[in-house]
Amino acid sequence: MADIRPSASIEAVESGLAAQGYIASRQIATAVYLAQQIEKPILVEGPAGVGKTELAKAIAAWRGMKMIRLQCYEGLDEAKALYEWKYAKQLLYTQILKDKLGEVLGGAPTLEAALNQLHDFGDVFFSKEFVEPRPLLQALEQPAGCVLLIDEIDKSDAEFESLLLEILSDFQVTIPELGTVVAVAPPTVILTSNSERDLGDALKRRCLHLHIGFPEQKLEERIVESRVPGISQTLRKQMVNFIHEVRSLDLKKLPSVSETIDWARVLVLLQAPELGHEMVKDTLNVLLKYEADIEATMPQVSTFIAKASRQNVFG
Amino acid sequence: MRENLHRFFRAARGAGVRLSPAESIDAMRAVSKVGFTDRTILRDTFLLTLAKTQDEKKALGDCFDLFFDRPEPQSPPEDGKPNGQDADGSNASSDSPSETSGGDEQAEGLGELAQMLLAQDRNQISATIANAASAASLSDIRYFTQRGIFSGRILDQMGIQRLRDDLDNLAATNPALAERLTNALDGLRGTVRDTVSQALMLYGREEAENLRNDILRNAPLSRIEPRQVEQMRHLIRQIARRLRERYSKPRKRQRRGHLDVRRTIRRNAAWGGVPFLTAWKRRHRDRPKIVALCDVSGSVARVSDFFLLLIHSLHEVVDDVRSFAFSGHLIEVSDILESKSPEEAMAEIMSKVGFGSSDYGSSLADFEDEWMSAITPQTTVIVLGDARSNNLDPRADILRRIAERSKRLVWLNPEGRMAWGWGDSEMPRYSTFCTVVRQCATAKQLERAVSDIVASYQ
Repeated sequence: MADIRPSASIEAVESGLAAQGYIASRQIATAVYLAQQIEKPILVEGPAGVGKTELAKAIAAWRGMKMIRLQCYEGLDEAKALYEWKYAKQLLYTQILKDKLGEVLGGAPTLEAALNQLHDFGDVFFSKEFVEPRPLLQALEQPAGCVLLIDEIDKSDAEFESLLLEILSDFQVTIPELGTVVAVAPPTVILTSNSERDLGDALKRRCLHLHIGFPEQKLEERIVESRVPGISQTLRKQMVNFIHEVRSLDLKKLPSVSETIDWARVLVLLQAPELGHEMVKDTLNVLLKYEADIEATMPQVSTFIAKASRQNVFG
Repeated sequence: MRENLHRFFRAARGAGVRLSPAESIDAMRAVSKVGFTDRTILRDTFLLTLAKTQDEKKALGDCFDLFFDRPEPQSPPEDGKPNGQDADGSNASSDSPSETSGGDEQAEGLGELAQMLLAQDRNQISATIANAASAASLSDIRYFTQRGIFSGRILDQMGIQRLRDDLDNLAATNPALAERLTNALDGLRGTVRDTVSQALMLYGREEAENLRNDILRNAPLSRIEPRQVEQMRHLIRQIARRLRERYSKPRKRQRRGHLDVRRTIRRNAAWGGVPFLTAWKRRHRDRPKIVALCDVSGSVARVSDFFLLLIHSLHEVVDDVRSFAFSGHLIEVSDILESKSPEEAMAEIMSKVGFGSSDYGSSLADFEDEWMSAITPQTTVIVLGDARSNNLDPRADILRRIAERSKRLVWLNPEGRMAWGWGDSEMPRYSTFCTVVRQCATAKQLERAVSDIVASYQ
């Protein structure tokens, strides 16, 4: 155990992701490192807009792998997620090959001989040729490995979860007509969930469970810095402070990181030197997505701005 | 180190984190990749591999902090040897210089434990305690009643017998030293007691809670003590959560056999309408609709209280609940229950209709006059009461009409079956119109009853 220096490798993950513009917390980096080491999928939970999907993209970009994305929704089934037979192609081929078949079988004197000859062809029409691979099968077939993102798994039906179990634990799928397809190189699997419904224990057991919450102030500043390079330091500090104050309110939907970044972009675009009362009131709709939330925040704006700029002076 | 990991897993289970063997194997594999050098990384690793919900993460985090807060026990002692010697064997080299320099001349000839206590070497003492604790398998502690036993065992392991002999000898020869030793021994007892308490907190929490809940579950609701009411509310909320989890799954059931022509054609449009894929009709189930009539007089009141709490915490499962409370007359209480906390709601209901002598006949008449339209053919009507109507007219005819209008009529009676029909109980007359009649006096029976009602809609 002496030759392992995990902290160094975890830092490598952190800086690798940072190079792709994804500022990861220590926990996220540990999860990514472990997922690679013990070959397990990561189940990422957390509120909308904290960068769950971005994490997968960043990992793919960092490792230079292809990313395959499967967006889940109610009613998603095998045919759309795993594989499908190309029925039209099968039909077409039987039509075209009809004559050929007649030729081949024509030489047979008896019906039995014809049947035997037919057997020799094997299952031509149920071969790989006629399988249309969907995201899950594609991910297994990538020779160089890939990042498989199964997005918003909580939106899918409970049956689909069970379908995933085989892939998640053994990186293989079973197609009744073809047999078992094992991954060429085990893909890095990321599942995301908004906790709209509770996932099954069987699924959770197979994954590393990572919860991404709202980031701490320092981390969020770094995220803004990396995503919106043009922003001045004072404004960045003030706006992140302000957002942290807003998150302490009891709102329908709290602003998350993606809203912070959007707002930063807007402020840069409007060339705001610092957080002003009018400016905030005009752009609050970037941050908050419900009328009721905006109304609840409006009276507090001046206090929050005052707090934000005060902290800026001392901190 | 592996021993320690196993102990940690046991502690985690004690903290209420559900760990399967597979998960602990994963955690071991993960730990072997990150090592033990960095504590925050180790903590994150456990949180990632073991905890699967936000609550579990918090519980496990606390457990981790508590567990690794104490000094690491040294390698466990070999069996058979008295513990003091073993600990001395491993620590002798480091401790002997300090002991000889500051040591007491008279301490020579005393037992290991006595020397250790006199030398006041904290590290060595705590190491010895930890060793004795693992020899006494302290991590098996489950209930607070075991505290004494385990403290005794640990002290035995440390060689308290020898210490007592030393004390007896010293009392005659050197009273001052004996006094010092007695004080030190008291301190030691305190430390051991703390160690055991901490272990109980680590390993025994879940078990103790289970035991308490089990007792509570089978206790008659009408007779629980006031101090247990809060615990019972907690238990009822747990039951509600369990029922919600079980029954709030999508209620779509595939019913093969009936082809859904429209969806089949749409789905196969790509192949010119040749039906490669078939779509089958699905049957949607109704969510339960419940009308609850609760007697809130006398001894039934407490049961009604918990019943209403349970029914109204089933939002996700039950579509529509309307609750009515009665003793002498009947009022609708759904709004009160929805808008107020359980305590306030019950107080308000009691002040409005409670504490009268019950009159089932006129209460049923009230219901028929005003709210009969609330009952549809999908509704389950639940009546909770002891059917003791003080010899007034029971008006069973109204109950018959209710039964005819509804899907099911369930009567829950807190009294035992033996009492039905005795005295002023009208149970036999009412029960002819009920789909189900069952006793419902404990939380367990309550859960069973509500679960059956909800399940009949699945």
